[in-house]
Amino acid sequence: MVEQTTFSILPVLIVTVSLVGAGLIMLFRDNPNRRETVSVVTGVVKFLMVLAMVPPILHGQVIRCHIVEVLPGCSLVFRVDGFSMVFALISSFLWILTSFYSIGYMRGLKEHAQTRYYTCFALTLSGALGVAMSGSLFTMYLFYELVSIFTYPLVMHHEDGEAKWGANKYLVYLMGTGKLFFLSAVVITYVISGNLDFGPHGILPADANPTLLIVLFVLFVAGIAKSGVIPLHSWLPSAMVAPTPVSALLHAVAVVKVGVFCVARVIYSVYGPELMQRLGLVMPSAYFFSATILIASMIALTHDNLKARLAYSTVSQLAYITLGFALVSVNSMTGGAIHIANHAFSKITLFYCAGAIFVATGKKYISELDGIARSMPITMTAFAIGAFSMIGVPGTAGFISKWFLGLGALDDHSLLLLVIILTSSLLNAGYFLPIIYRAFFFKQKSEDRHLREAPLFMVVPLSVTAALTIFFGFFPQPFLRLIAEVLS
Amino acid sequence: MTPLATLHNSPLGYPVLSLIIFLPVIGAALLALIRDEEQSRWFSLIILTLTFFFSLPLLGHFQADVLGFQFVERHAWIPGRGLNYLLGVDGISLPLVLLTTFLGPVTILCSWRYITHRVRECMACLLLTQGILTGVFVALDMVLFYFFWEAMLVPMFLLIAIWGGPRRKYAAVKFVLYTLAGSIFLLLAIVGLYVKAGSFSYPVMLGLHLAPTWQFWIFMALLIGFAVKIPMVPLHTWLPAAHVEAPTAGSVILASVLLKMGTYGLLRFNLTLAPVASVSLAPYIMVFSVVAILYGGLLSLAQEDIKKLIAYSSVAHMGFVTLGISVLNMQGFQGAMLQMINHGLTTGGLFLLAGMLYERTHSRELAVNAGLGRLMPGFVFFLGLYSLSSLAFPGTASFVGEFLCLSGAFNHSMRLGAWVIPGALIAAAYMFRMFLTVTWGKGGDPKLARDINLREWASLLPPALLVVLFGFYPAPILRIMNPVLEAIIGRLPVEKSIDMAAMISHSLHGFLN
Repeated sequence: MVEQTTFSILPVLIVTVSLVGAGLIMLFRDNPNRRETVSVVTGVVKFLMVLAMVPPILHGQVIRCHIVEVLPGCSLVFRVDGFSMVFALISSFLWILTSFYSIGYMRGLKEHAQTRYYTCFALTLSGALGVAMSGSLFTMYLFYELVSIFTYPLVMHHEDGEAKWGANKYLVYLMGTGKLFFLSAVVITYVISGNLDFGPHGILPADANPTLLIVLFVLFVAGIAKSGVIPLHSWLPSAMVAPTPVSALLHAVAVVKVGVFCVARVIYSVYGPELMQRLGLVMPSAYFFSATILIASMIALTHDNLKARLAYSTVSQLAYITLGFALVSVNSMTGGAIHIANHAFSKITLFYCAGAIFVATGKKYISELDGIARSMPITMTAFAIGAFSMIGVPGTAGFISKWFLGLGALDDHSLLLLVIILTSSLLNAGYFLPIIYRAFFFKQKSEDRHLREAPLFMVVPLSVTAALTIFFGFFPQPFLRLIAEVLS
Repeated sequence: MTPLATLHNSPLGYPVLSLIIFLPVIGAALLALIRDEEQSRWFSLIILTLTFFFSLPLLGHFQADVLGFQFVERHAWIPGRGLNYLLGVDGISLPLVLLTTFLGPVTILCSWRYITHRVRECMACLLLTQGILTGVFVALDMVLFYFFWEAMLVPMFLLIAIWGGPRRKYAAVKFVLYTLAGSIFLLLAIVGLYVKAGSFSYPVMLGLHLAPTWQFWIFMALLIGFAVKIPMVPLHTWLPAAHVEAPTAGSVILASVLLKMGTYGLLRFNLTLAPVASVSLAPYIMVFSVVAILYGGLLSLAQEDIKKLIAYSSVAHMGFVTLGISVLNMQGFQGAMLQMINHGLTTGGLFLLAGMLYERTHSRELAVNAGLGRLMPGFVFFLGLYSLSSLAFPGTASFVGEFLCLSGAFNHSMRLGAWVIPGALIAAAYMFRMFLTVTWGKGGDPKLARDINLREWASLLPPALLVVLFGFYPAPILRIMNPVLEAIIGRLPVEKSIDMAAMISHSLHGFLN
């Protein structure tokens, strides 16, 4: 297969626009209105630029932008294909919504250090988009590590003991695995193939020592701890000490998706489906990721803190994506790739709702939410839509992902995997439905009667994402077409 | 004669190498005529800036694809003894010469306000160091090399002993004793080589084909001499003492250039003059390198003193350099060379920053400086950049060096790579610990925080730019040094041919009877 590549400077602009944005945000630190306008405008510009790349991709082209060859076979290069587009589109689009949401949240709670917050947010988005569009392992590793650095101040935001603990755990887990495993995996790949640049096929030589390649795969999976794979997941719940918009965008979309996207790239562009099959890696890794799906769902059942429950739900849902790619069939990879988008819309809705509840009522625990839907009907309806999508109810985006994943499992004649996917749906229902039931049908406590919806800045974004969750449940074509371009 | 030993005359009409050695030395002498302290600072800055500009034609006129030494200057010195004044640069020494001249003005800038007494003398010492260091890298006559090697001690000793911290005497004496002890072995090796070659000229020695036993002993003697300078564990203990007590400029020179004398010697002399012994003894260097990387890193992790922390990190980083050399493959060599340059820029920058903190708080303790960074955004920017580079963050210069060293190690054997990788992790740990304490910690006195001024920007910015540039585009350096490194590898025998046990027992036998 020869891929048609076109050159475009857009990827560079997309990465730099939020760097410029970050600079302007710092410049306008004394004028909150102007600062936040910059944040929104940067987001819009970024999204439009990402959108501009859609037509060539849909025409079967791959956008490539080579910047510099650092070492022979190791370049700083951007390469945009359908997978990149899915990730780039959702993270740049959701950044716009989150910028609005942040305004409501940060002002509603009168948070400190807002300039630092908006700056780091913009920088992190640069990093995430950089990963999405990376054209070599070097580029990917570079942006992966940048994301770790830029999000540290966001997790550390409250600067109290809990934030410090969470932030340091974050750094230890992500930097530790990144250095220890990811870096060695990159080096070993370079040593055995002499090339780190992605192409249409895997970059590992077919004649390499199979044992080494299997060990290498383990190093990659362990090194990319951002994907939240159990047992390297526990940084994620601890990172929930961050302000909720951070949890929403970064820990449901940008950061963790950087992780799963890297795993997907490793499977698809470093190894390639044939090599995965030949090494016998498909089923073992599929079961490994399935374990994460089940275990995380069960842990989620035990948490009363709403954000913690959502965090474990994220850990579980991320594993769907990696599972989809690990199965390397067209259906399963479609399911995995589209779940990057579907999970993003649904989970960000849920986090937005959690934040809205916190700003409007100061409540963090599920057990305090009796009858809350009476006071916050829009928020809780959106929450219900997000939860249904996570469960995989038809008509919501999550159903599409599970459908394709199920097909993928059957392609491999693995009934067990199908059972696992269905079981986890039950577990999802098990930890989401009680919240909805409590919110809608429990009697509201009398002291809660005065509570009202959160500011419009927050309610509008969460309504939009909830609406999109339903929209993509019925019209998944935009993303499916992008994915089909890669897999065809 | 091997192509490595060819001497090419300088295309420039003037003796450029002598110029960049002696301009600072003459400048140091001229300082005697200047009475005013402020004038002496400006004068030194101008001299070293000029020296840097005079060294640039080296880069412009260097022919990267030509093997052998270029810009050669040759004059008879003591004809009866085969002594020549022989200078030249090749792909290994050129980057180091440029690093030295590049950092010259920086050392003056960072001493501007740090040094408050005997300013003229300090400036003279800095100028002398500069000239002598350049001499070390360009001397091709072994006696001349040894002369510069030893002469280095004098200004460095004075810098530590006069302008150093409270325990300066101890540190200075320790530094000199260690280096002198090592140098004796270096001298021994030089005499041994002279006996066989009949000349002190390094290009002539390149033509030698020594017996394995000779090579073994020459290698060992050279190694001990260089290992003290690098410093390799267990000969490293002078370094933290010297670093901590030295003034900022002293630390910068020590870390950035002086340590490179050792690894330069290892690459230049050990591998080319004793290739057979190199192949047999490289695994032992490898072991010491791994120990340096891990042990140095762990020591660094435990420090409360910022300068000590950086000093031990140097031990670990130099471990990467010796590791790259000892794996004896192209990637390792390239990595070692890049790591030398990058460590020079990065650690130099870190010492500058540590010095700036000291100027503000008069303490090097992490706890006293904790949390000051957040009040000094400019300072934090550079601290972040240099810390990231020091922990080999992708996109900074050290990453490329460390990446190549690691590639070399993994190429040598997967097991060796597995031993080294934790070193990269520890580097991240100690650097983040320092960076996060200085920026986010609690305990520092906020009143002492004062962001960096224009002069400090001027000293920090140039190395920072190079750190980023070489992080993405190391090609210019690689292009310069690749041919030489390939030639050095080409000279190495494929098989190990020295039976170490037999060699040692034979030697002991000869020694005892």
